[in-house]
Amino acid sequence: MRRIYLDHSATTGVRKEVLDEMLPYFSEVYGNGSSQHSFGRDAMKAIDEARRKVAKAINAKPNEIYFTSGGTESDNWAIKGAIYANLERGKHIITSAIEHPAVMDSIKFLEKELGIEVTYLKVDGEGIISLEELERAIRPDTVLISVMAANNEMGAIEPIEEIGRIARARGIYFHTDAVQAIGAVDIDVEKMNIDMLSLSAHKFYGPKGVGVLYRRNGIRVKKFMNGGEQERNQRASTLNTSGIVGLGKAIELASENIDKNNEYLASLRDSFVEKLISRVDNIRFNGPKDMTKRLANNANFSFEFIEGESLLLRLDLDGIAVSSGSACSSAALEASYVLLATGVPIDIAHGSIRFSFGLENTMEDVDYTVDKVEKIVGDLRAMSPLFKRIDGGEFNV
Amino acid sequence: MYNDKVMAQFANPKNVGYIENASGYGKVGNASCGDIMEISLDIDANGIIRDAKFRTFGCAAAIATSSMATEMVKGKSVEDALKLKNADVVEALEGLPPQKIHCSVLAEEAIKEAINDYLSKK
Repeated sequence: MRRIYLDHSATTGVRKEVLDEMLPYFSEVYGNGSSQHSFGRDAMKAIDEARRKVAKAINAKPNEIYFTSGGTESDNWAIKGAIYANLERGKHIITSAIEHPAVMDSIKFLEKELGIEVTYLKVDGEGIISLEELERAIRPDTVLISVMAANNEMGAIEPIEEIGRIARARGIYFHTDAVQAIGAVDIDVEKMNIDMLSLSAHKFYGPKGVGVLYRRNGIRVKKFMNGGEQERNQRASTLNTSGIVGLGKAIELASENIDKNNEYLASLRDSFVEKLISRVDNIRFNGPKDMTKRLANNANFSFEFIEGESLLLRLDLDGIAVSSGSACSSAALEASYVLLATGVPIDIAHGSIRFSFGLENTMEDVDYTVDKVEKIVGDLRAMSPLFKRIDGGEFNV
Repeated sequence: MYNDKVMAQFANPKNVGYIENASGYGKVGNASCGDIMEISLDIDANGIIRDAKFRTFGCAAAIATSSMATEMVKGKSVEDALKLKNADVVEALEGLPPQKIHCSVLAEEAIKEAINDYLSKK
């Protein structure tokens, strides 16, 4: 059976060029980067090269790059670390209503543990925060603003340069979760006044289990992982040499090819969106309608009268991998808080699917997927008691 | 997440549809929770369920339990069908993930509502 992977916002496969760079660092150059001997120095040389590549990609200094286990750790460290290190400055955080759970849950932890007060910025119908609302939310005791660079569900790109400018002018730390943005949005931590930034290799064709926290020099952040003195005594744990090398190669490729990749991904995505809208009725395209304000690979649709998980699993039976906007697997059966925040009605939010394209996808994949979605949506609607309404039949409420 | 039996019922559900002038009709759940189950029954003069159809808005478990529950009540007397418990449906499906058990509860409720509708009209 044909298999099509359209869930690149969940993760991507490691590119061959990346894997090739990583392979020697498993069994040949296996020294501990912290060791003083040549085995260790060889590993550290590769790690520092990767560090330079990351720094170059986001216009940071190499000594502002801290390798972590991934985006979630970076978010936890940035948020908890900044609050714990600056408790005397204040107890207020500003964030958005559509952050990834790694940010949301870290902030909720601080609310509970330390009584931190939080302002959750609303988003408009396209998923973008209001800078006016941000300005109004700032208090004398605001320590941190954490707003994602791009949303993982419906692809909205947030105005981080403007947020950075506001934060800098008010002397507030600005953290951005750029996990979805790296390789898709040009990031310049200097120009954008970003103080902390989280990224994760597996989102841009690198390996899983390795990420980065960029921390501007001079920012006070408490050490998060206790142990050895790795990463300038800020993040203990033996350095994941092969993963870090892979991250370095992947971010280099991603940032060098950003325009070319975006152009290709947008061509697939735009064709998909156009075809789906012309062939399937009663669907809602979620997130920014202006394609320049959303990730080039992202399309998010709500299909009225059906539930997302059913569509996801029927597509899976046809070999197509997508993600459901509704967190139906959770016990509470909650619809996506991100889509709800953009004003999608709750019953419609339940029928949402994210299609995220990747570099290995083709226009044939697009056409095949449109055919299957059209058919399956028809099948599921024929089975739906809600569909009767527009079927002409009577509808018993 | 789902076992093969559930996936088979989901991929090829039985008894999808709506019986016109049904002897009994039941509908439970609501769209904001992500599940609506509608069951219509054709019941003969002897109180035997001749046919059962369903239409469901919901996840794979909701569709699979609707399919299985309608299969299980067909040919039964309304008295026997009223004894159908959600656990019987879960057992027939060889298990559901814990967070999906409520789907089987909905199926039991929809059947009961349809039968009560029939009884109230008698």
